[in-house]
Amino acid sequence: MTISWLEFEKPIADIQDKIDELTAITGYESEISKLRTQIEKLKTKLYSDLTPWQKVLLARHPSRPYMLDYIDLITSEFIELAGDRGFADDKAIVGGLAKIDLGEDKHLNVAIIGTQKGRETKDKIARNFGMPHPDGYRKALRIMKLAEKFDLPIVTLVDTPGAYPGVGAEERGQAEAIARNLREMSVLRVPVVVIITGEGGSGGALALAVGNRVLAMEYSVYSVISPEGCASILWRDSDKAEDAAKALKISSSDLFQFGIIDEIVPEPLGGAHQDYKLAAKYIKESILKYLAELKNMTPEELIAQRVEKFQSIGVYKSN
Amino acid sequence: MPTNGKSDSKMEIPNGLWIRCDGCGEILYRKSLEQNLFICSRCSYHFRINARKYIEILLDADTFEEFDPHLTPQNPLDFPKYPEKVAEAQKKTELDEGFTYGKGKISSFPIILGVMDFNFMGGSMGSVVGEKVARSIRLAREEKIPLTIIATSGGARMQEGIFSLMQMAKTSAELALLAQERIPYIVILTNPTMAGVLASYASLGDIIISEPKALLGFAGARVIEGTIGEKLPEGFQTAEFLSKHGFVDIVVSRKFLRSTLTKIIDMLWGKGKAEIEPKREFVE
Ligand SMILES: [Zn+2]
Repeated sequence: MTISWLEFEKPIADIQDKIDELTAITGYESEISKLRTQIEKLKTKLYSDLTPWQKVLLARHPSRPYMLDYIDLITSEFIELAGDRGFADDKAIVGGLAKIDLGEDKHLNVAIIGTQKGRETKDKIARNFGMPHPDGYRKALRIMKLAEKFDLPIVTLVDTPGAYPGVGAEERGQAEAIARNLREMSVLRVPVVVIITGEGGSGGALALAVGNRVLAMEYSVYSVISPEGCASILWRDSDKAEDAAKALKISSSDLFQFGIIDEIVPEPLGGAHQDYKLAAKYIKESILKYLAELKNMTPEELIAQRVEKFQSIGVYKSN
Repeated sequence: MPTNGKSDSKMEIPNGLWIRCDGCGEILYRKSLEQNLFICSRCSYHFRINARKYIEILLDADTFEEFDPHLTPQNPLDFPKYPEKVAEAQKKTELDEGFTYGKGKISSFPIILGVMDFNFMGGSMGSVVGEKVARSIRLAREEKIPLTIIATSGGARMQEGIFSLMQMAKTSAELALLAQERIPYIVILTNPTMAGVLASYASLGDIIISEPKALLGFAGARVIEGTIGEKLPEGFQTAEFLSKHGFVDIVVSRKFLRSTLTKIIDMLWGKGKAEIEPKREFVE
């Protein structure tokens, strides 16, 4: 797959183009090696000093790996389950039963659920750009309850601009579906590990993110509102999204500092889309690490820990 | 989902002897409007009223004991101009924050009552509102007393960013614990209840009541219109719309909130022992 470059990445893209050109002809090995050193240096510099808005752009990068890419790379088997048993099968959310390979012929059975954005135009439309309807949240909860019934740990991967704002979504109770997930997820009797892999878009993301452990990938963002939405409400100008991204403090490092997430999952230099396999390896390591931590907790302990985690979030003063 | 905390000033009840109804345009005499619980006598439009007024309407006189009145917001994100907005709202409402809760009695039944106030930054939910809602739920659980929350909100409070979002999970988790103890939780939705508040505790009542014509929804109408590129039909996202689609049990006039709530608490909790006491002039 060819990677598309963002505007601020143009200096890197230019060198990469040169490397590609020279690679096509022989006799430029030393030139190429020089350029490679140059590109690594440039990348290190550029990506260690990203603005909040540039992080938003990386989180939304069109080449960023999605749920199904990670499923391919993390699980050795996956059986997708479909439908909310009430109205529809929402393709913006994918969920099912999976085996994670532990090596030495050992496997861990889990339920894995996440949002899926879609890659090509047709797929994007089928996936509704990763914006779930209530049916999607209800499907997710159904699979979580199934996992609880059969004592399977739950992993969720979250990358959504938000819950879909549409007529059908309102008619079928978008608010109710999200609220119910928040309540029911908080008292699931099995371990729940959440990874924000890209965009954590407000309530639509939170509805899959009430976990014992909540992690975020390095270039993911998690926010109560999109920077564009914030800018248009606050300054009546969606072009001020860059300022809003800064004010809202939505990057993984902010979230970690605030105690909202438990760990920042590292990404390959330049973002997960530069190396799917490495990104998936980091995710898998984090999942296994935290599921191991949670393995010996009783259902009651898991519920208590999860509830307390969210009870303790908030900044206020008692006078 | 969130709001900028600006209240829609046109919706507030102005001072003065005569008030124009936003529903039908009729000029109403303030005193009689007040006697009618701020419901237009001509078109039944429900004017917005504050938390104090709801407490007065619902509870037995002088039974309300407020808890945690002085939790005050901080500025965890150093969000521009947030402290000024809070100060302005505090001055305007004479409240420290937009949620008031406590213990009281309704027709002699003990009740935990929490009321949101739209005049405080559009009823938006930040850390303080979330914490106080959570505490009201905990109080109901610990004291084994039914809980009622009167909701009105534009959604999560943008200026507290991710902390506001997390209050949705916090309050919903508390409700899960309340449900395990099988203590009744009754929601009263009022105009408007939107976004992050409707998508958490305001949708999780064992029974959900709404005042007529209240605007209720997840996404704002303008956002939806912008997404689908067409105008929304008349009556979209009203209490009646949600009732039709199965998300509200009872749409009832403010005049009957007290009697309706009393009956429900009696039937769920009172084991048929208590009588419904008529209250003041507005029970019919
Ligand atoms: Zn009127």
